[in-house]
Order: sequence, then C-alpha cells, then structure tokens
Amino acid sequence: MTEYEAVVGLECHVELSTATKMFCGCPNEFGGEPNTRTCPVCLGHPGTLPVPNREAVERTMKIALALDGEVAPHSLFHRKNYFYPDMPKNYQISQYDLPIGTGGHLDIDVDGEIRPVRMNRVHLEEDTGKTVHASATGRIAEAEYALEDYNRAGVPLVEVVSEPDMRSPEEARAYLVELRALLEALGVSDVRMEEGSLRCDANVSVRPAGSAELGTKVEIKNMNSIRSVERAIRFEIDRQGEALKRGEPLVQETRHWDEDRGVTTSLRSKEEAFDYRYFPEPDLPPMEPDEGWIGKLKAELPELPAARRRRYVETLEVPAEQARILTSAPAWADLFEETVEAVSQPAGAVANWFTQTLMPQVPPEKAAGRGDAIAEVLRLVSEQEISVTAGKEVLVEAVGSGRSPSEIVDERGLRQISDLGGVIDEVVAENPGPVEQFRGGKEGVLGFLVGQVMKKTGGAANPNEAQRLLRERLSS
Amino acid sequence: MPVEIDVDHVARLARLALTDEERERFRAQLAVILEAAERVREVAAEDVPPTAQPVPQTNVFRNDDDPWESLSQEEALAGAPEAEDGRFKVPRIIEAE
Amino acid sequence: MTELCDLPGHELARMYRAGEATAVDAVESCLRRIGAVDDRVEAFLRVTADDARERARTVDARFAAGEELPLTAGIPMALKDVLCTRGVTTTCGSRILGTYVPPYDCTPWARLGEAGAVLLGKTNCDEFAMGSSNENSAYGPVHNPWDLDTVPGGSSGGSAAAVAAGEAVWALGTDTGGSVRQPAALCGVVGFKPTYGLISRYGLIAFASSLDTVGTFSRTVRDAATLVSAIGGKDPLDATSLPTEPRDLTEGLDGGVAGMRIGVVREWLGEGVEPGVKAAIEAAIERLGRLGATFEDATLPHADYALSAYYILAPAECSSNLARYDGVRYGHRAADASDVIDLNSRTRGEGFGDEVKRRIMLGTYALSAGYYEAYYGQAQKVRTLVIRDFEAAFERFDLLLGPTSPTTAFRIGEKAGDPLAMYLSDIFTIPSNLAGNPSISLPCGLDERGLPVGLQLLGPHLDEATVLRAAHAFEQDLVFAARPPLVEEAAA
Repeated sequence: MTEYEAVVGLECHVELSTATKMFCGCPNEFGGEPNTRTCPVCLGHPGTLPVPNREAVERTMKIALALDGEVAPHSLFHRKNYFYPDMPKNYQISQYDLPIGTGGHLDIDVDGEIRPVRMNRVHLEEDTGKTVHASATGRIAEAEYALEDYNRAGVPLVEVVSEPDMRSPEEARAYLVELRALLEALGVSDVRMEEGSLRCDANVSVRPAGSAELGTKVEIKNMNSIRSVERAIRFEIDRQGEALKRGEPLVQETRHWDEDRGVTTSLRSKEEAFDYRYFPEPDLPPMEPDEGWIGKLKAELPELPAARRRRYVETLEVPAEQARILTSAPAWADLFEETVEAVSQPAGAVANWFTQTLMPQVPPEKAAGRGDAIAEVLRLVSEQEISVTAGKEVLVEAVGSGRSPSEIVDERGLRQISDLGGVIDEVVAENPGPVEQFRGGKEGVLGFLVGQVMKKTGGAANPNEAQRLLRERLSS
Repeated sequence: MPVEIDVDHVARLARLALTDEERERFRAQLAVILEAAERVREVAAEDVPPTAQPVPQTNVFRNDDDPWESLSQEEALAGAPEAEDGRFKVPRIIEAE
Repeated sequence: MTELCDLPGHELARMYRAGEATAVDAVESCLRRIGAVDDRVEAFLRVTADDARERARTVDARFAAGEELPLTAGIPMALKDVLCTRGVTTTCGSRILGTYVPPYDCTPWARLGEAGAVLLGKTNCDEFAMGSSNENSAYGPVHNPWDLDTVPGGSSGGSAAAVAAGEAVWALGTDTGGSVRQPAALCGVVGFKPTYGLISRYGLIAFASSLDTVGTFSRTVRDAATLVSAIGGKDPLDATSLPTEPRDLTEGLDGGVAGMRIGVVREWLGEGVEPGVKAAIEAAIERLGRLGATFEDATLPHADYALSAYYILAPAECSSNLARYDGVRYGHRAADASDVIDLNSRTRGEGFGDEVKRRIMLGTYALSAGYYEAYYGQAQKVRTLVIRDFEAAFERFDLLLGPTSPTTAFRIGEKAGDPLAMYLSDIFTIPSNLAGNPSISLPCGLDERGLPVGLQLLGPHLDEATVLRAAHAFEQDLVFAARPPLVEEAAA
C-alpha cells in the first residue's frame, strides 16, 4: 500500500496508583463492591470542594520529565463542562491550555532504527465513575437503563498525548510497549490495560504518500489491549485507504472498535465538537513548581527503559533483542539483574533463560521475590547437576509454584549422575563391536555408546561426562 | 441594544427544559441583562491580566498518605432517588449532545 | 427588662458565666419569639427545637461543672439554608434540594458546634443565594420585621430578619454580591463579610466559587468579631482558604478612630441613592469625624463596571456549580424520564426557579464557544482593575465608607418583575466581592419611613481589625436603640 501513508497519534489515559483519590481522601483501589469507596466530595455533594493530591501531581511531573518534556512553571486546573451520569459534578476537573507537562519524546525501535515520537502534552485530571448499561439483550444500543458506580470517580488520571508521528500499526504497538515500560519503571501506575489502569485511544488519518497535509482524522475508542490497538489501527488504515482509493469522502468522527467482529463502527455522534466551556477551576489555586522541586523530582527518576537497554547491550553484552524484551517488562528486568549478580555466568546466557523460558511461561506476579530460586536453578545447570532440558522444566515449576528447585529436582529424580565408572565398564563390556569400531577410528559410534549409558541409567547420566569418560576409557 | 441569545441552544447545553412561555420571557429578559453586562467590553483592558481568584495563593495540596474513611454503600446511596444493586440508577443514556 | 432573645451574644455569655441566665433560658426565649412572630416574618424554613434544647442542656451542664467554654457556647443561632448541616435538611431555598439531607457539616458549623453553639434552625434565603430581596425562595418570601410588607433584602434575608426580630441571637449567612451586608442594612443589624478565604467554604453550597463568602449577622460589632474569630482560619478541606492562624478579632476593638483616614466613595452618594439614606450617611460621617477620623473623597473608577463584571462572572461560575443537580444522586428527580437527557432537563426545569434558570443560561452563554474572551475573559480583567482601584485607594486611606444599599427596604413585589432593577441593589456591595476585601454594614439611622439605613465600611485584605475597630467605635457612640415595631410588640 504505497499509494497512501498512515498518520497515527495515540492518546493514553493512565490511572495513577496513588493511595488516595485525586481530590479527596477515599482509597484508590481496583474493584470492590460498588459505591463503597466514595465520600461527599467524589460523589459531588452540594458544598464539597476538591483539594489536589500532591503525590499525583508529582507523578505527573515525573512522567513529563521522563519523557524529556518541560514541566510548566505555572499550570492550572480547568473545568471541562458536560453532562454525563458517570461524572458526579457534571464537570470534570482537568487541564486545558496550561497543562503540567509539554513537549518531550518517546523513542521507539522501528526495524532496528531508533525514532522519536514527539509528545504533545502530559496533563492531570480526575477519572469518571463506571457505567453499566442494562438491557435484556446486553447490547448498549438497546439498553433500557444504566447503573452508576462511583468507586472510580475521582481517581487520578494522567493523559499522555503524542503528536501524530507514527506511521503504522507496528509503530503504535512499539510506542505503547515502550510507554507502558516507562510508566512501570517510574512506578506511577499498574498500567494494566485489562484492568483499565492504562487506556488508549487512537487518532488515525491517511494521506497520499509524500503529502504534507493531514487527512481527515478519525478517533478510535474501545481498544482493550495492545493487540487490539494494533488490529484496530490496521483495520482503520485499510478502511480509510480503500475509501481514498475509491474517491469516497471521509467523515471526521469517533469510531468504536468491535473486538469480536474485528471492525471499527461509527458511533452515532454529531459532527460538531462538544462545547466544553472550559474555564479555570475557581476552587483550586495554580500550581507553580519551582526549580528546586522540579530538580528534586528529576533526581528521583529511576533508570528508564531506553537507558537500561543501552546498558544491557554495552555493559552486560546482552544481545539487543533480548535487552528489548527484558526492558519492556521492568519487573522482569529487575529480577534479571538480581540473577546476574548472584550467578557467575555471562549476562547473555542468563538473559536467554528469562526471555525464552521464564517470561513466556510464568506470570510476572509469581516471579516476584523468586530471585534465589532462579539463581539456584541456573547454578544447578551450569554445574551440570541437571541437564539444560531438566533445568527449563524445574525453573518454570519452581518460580511458578514457589517451591524450592532442589525439592523438585529430587522429587523427579532429575539429578544427573556423573559417577559413572561402573556403568561405563558395563557398557564397554557389553558392546565389543562398537568399541572395536570406535578404536578403529569411527567417531560417530561414540554417540551410540553414550546412548547405552543413558539407557542404563534411565536418562540420569550426565551425557557430557559419559562421553568424556568413554573416550578416556577407550583411548587407553 | 439588547443582545440576542439562542435560548434553545443554551437551554440544551445547560439541560433546562423550558416551556414556550418561559422561553419567550427569558429570551427578552436575558437580552436586557446581557446588554447591561456587555458594558464590561467598554473597558480598555488589553494589557490587564485576568483575575481568577481574589486573594491569590499557589501550590495548595493534600497528602496522599492520609486516607479518609469512605461512606458505606448505604450512606452513599442514602439520598439516591433511584438505585439498584448498590448503584445509582438512570434511564438509558443515548450517545448524543 | 430585655428579653434574653433580644440581647447581644456577648451579654448572654457574661450572664451565663455570672449565673444570671442559662443557655436553656436563652433557647426558650428564642423559641417563644419564633412562635410569636415567625408566622409573619417567615425567616425559618426549619426549626430544630429539640436539638437546640438538647445542646443547651449539655452546655449548661458543662458550665455547671466549672468548665471554661468559648464565648460562642450556648448562644442560640441560625444558619442560612445554603450551609450544610449533617442530618438536617438543607434546601438552599430550592425545590431541587427539597429532600436533601447532608451527610456532613459545613466547616463553620462543625467548628461552632464543637464549641457548644446551639442551632435553632435553618433560615430562608433566595434560591441558591441568588437575589437581593428573598423573594426568589421556592418556599415563600421573608418579611422585613420593620415593615412586614417590605423585603428584608437578600439573599440571606431569613438570617437577617431572624436576628432583627429576636428569633436568633446571631446567625451566619453568605455574601456573594452583598447578600449579608445588604439584608443587614435593610433589617437594621450588623452584617459582616470578612476577607475571602478567611472562613472556609467547605459545606457552603456553591453559587459563585470565587465570590462566595460566609458572613455574620449580629446585634453588635463585638458579636461579629467573636463569631468570625470562632469560625475563621485555614481549613484543609478548602484549597482556597487562607493559611492564616485563627485570630481573636475582639482584641483591639476599643482602639477608637482617632487619626483614621477614611475615604468617602463619592460616586456612591449620587443619583439613585434615596435622600433618607444619604442623610443618614452624612450624619454618620459627621459622627466619625467627631470621634477623630479624617475624611476625604475617594474614588473607585471601575466600580461602575463592577456590576456588569459580576453579572458575567457569578452566572458563569454558577452555571457550572449547579450542573450537579441532575436527579441522579440526591434531590428532586423528574418522573418517567425517557432517557438521561430528558431526566436531567425536566428535573432541572421543575426544580429550579426563574432567577436560577436565568443565571444558569447567562453563565452558560458567557462561557460558550466564541463568547468566552468577550465576556468571561473580559470580566476577569475588569475584576483586576477593581482590585487595583481598591489597592490604590488603600494607599491613601485606612478605610473606605459609603452606604450599603441605595435604598431602604422596598415593598415585596416592587422589583420582582425587573431583574435589572433588582441587581442594582448590590451596586455598592459587589466591588468588595470582586476584590475579596472585608466589609461591614451597620445600622446608622432610620429614614423618614422608620426603616433602617446601613453604613458600609470597607477595609484592605485581611485588615478585619481596622474595619471592626471603626465600626465598634461608631456603634458605641451612636447607640442604635430602635427596634422593629414587631419586636416592641412581642417583648411587651
């Protein structure tokens, strides 16, 4: 499809994992019985007032700084006014023309080339409640009524908006993976799309290849995983491209991604934009962070994924691809480094254990705190106490179940036998023919003899050791 | 000169159902009031910064590690005109402005 | 012999400690007065008699046990119905909150209640504090105790009338464009609006966030000082409350006015001001002069535009503040709504009165796309100019002086059909809401109809002390002993 090119921007909403809500002291937790984490403030009762959560503001500033953006010396909360039952005040306290963060960039790896995606802004607002549409058929369009749960209302939400610098679904994926890793490394959010702590809307347009003008922008909502985002953008680019080719006009609208049918559909929304009647929030004084405060936050920034990747490649000599996989999941990367410290093996080899065995098979939560077990398995393998194959099995089992590796090894009789003197004698005695052939110069026969050792020991012999001993024996 | 307001549009934005009589009466009254309010535009103020708060402050915050006790579900729903399954009930929501 | 309910709070406080009266005595006195006159004054929407008696008994027991209590303890008081009281229906004078029972106390009442204050009930007011005559209440108008066919002023008409009629010893109201000072003037009581942010707004049901200020109604300036001292100070629940430590504003009250430079706002004694008002103000200037103050003409060049700016800023903020009343979480709900837009629209159409609807629409318009800069943005700039006017004036003067209201109490119904005419009632009070500076109204005489005239004294930000000191000196010299005929009758 070289006749047209795609222009993609992503708008992500990040629920901060602070202890309390944005403007009141209700606990900020996922789940729970409906309307059990509310108070007069977040329910929008008459007479109540917001007071901003300092930690939420600082986390927002950190996100901006981690993206290499500017933290505004003067920023304001604004009221975004519209009526919707999931918003207790029928306005959302958000930010408008003076957001906390502006500019910056997020670098993504596009086929081995590092390219920056420029950031537009980082701002802070409050989340809405959750609506459940109730109908006999379960389809929103046929809902008879709706039910509101305000547990989530007032949770701090950071909006991270990119410039439309991405050009493909793959780039969008790379951006999201990198952004998620960055946010996880900062420790500011749980960033779980399946729980809604990371949400993403995409803005997609297409234009003739080489054109500098922007095409008609379509907003896509309702993508619940990174894979959904990739699929939805791909579909939309094709849809728009086809329309362009047929000379059909495109409408600026919001479309809904239907995961089951794999298509975007038009939401029955009007063409004109909402009139949000933004005005500065009169209940909240402006935020004016000084150099000292910003400097302190900057100093508190942890090593970010990009820097970590570079360190893995340059200092630890981990192959780039492994480094990329590890750093996209900061919790795993932490564990990886812990393991490298604990064992005296090349980091590259350790990395393989993580990327090829652990990460694909063990949920990250299970791996937390299992550094010792991982190190133990790697040691057992390197000391040839168990085979590599056995090692993979034991590793997944030990980390996943929480049991000790040695226990599993013993239970399954996986320990390799290296004291093979007696068995070697037997095999040599029982196989005069092949022994003769080997002594005659036929190298390949050694494998057969090793196999006989393995058979006699029920597979528990250390094959390397068996081979060494046989060779020694038969050469004398 | 009285200033005309599109009362229908404004009433819709503000979610105010008006009778025909109210619509006409308000249209006339608002026009007169707005004409008087318009006087602010006579003031030369290009270089004057706007004031949002009469007694200025900055950087007022709350500590995150200071949680409150939330209302119980019963308390939260106490004033609810209609509720179901521990949630506030509303008629269907049509996606439109 | 004066009835307990007609005494100033500080006098009652003395009597409690001298064993000359009990809090229960005072509460019963107020309740009797309410019984005698409120069918005609209609100041109260709700009287919490049992609770009041209970609280009074508790306070008396504590006094008897020898405990030292704050001056506000045991003083029977009223609260304007825009101030949230936990467990007591709070309506804002509106149908839309007719059934609303707050699950929390506003901070001013929380502080007073803790100190042992006694709540007699919630007073009537213009709906959502929007009005200057208390004719906009969904629950009927309040009648001025001085002449029952006239208005008490608004929006805190109920609180003002209650104090004037001896139904409560003191009361809290709210002042957004003059809603404490103007009814205080019309009802012949002391009405004090401190600096914006001095008293927490948490629990004050919002009309216009950057203008709303809790204020006091009392018989004496000393009482006003006592009340504000008791409820002021930083509140972590209100981000706009000022980081001031609680101060005792009764200290220095007797300092007098010798050497005080007072600026008379000449624009405020011109056309449109009733002759009776002018005369009383001129007499007040003369009195203060005799007490040692010096006078010069002052000017607030943009005060003329303050009214226009207010009628953009206040409606704009209110259009947003009142959006939450939608029939979903509390309050009135329209029946049989077909969808949520229908629910919201008919709930609000049924629940709000005319003035509220007008201001919501005006505010929505002023903030809407294409009009923001011309109206809201411009009004905020005019606000800056008004603030600068005051700053300049206070470089030359310690205080400014003028009438509180251009007229004394007008007849019920006289201005109700003409919103603009009604708005002009606030022309002298609005500037201090835009600027946020402290201002007091105190009775300075009667006009030819026997209706009270209010004198307004305005001070710089956070200089409550100077305002109160001058007001106290004036009050002590004048001795405004006139009482509404209604009270004379009831006390006889």
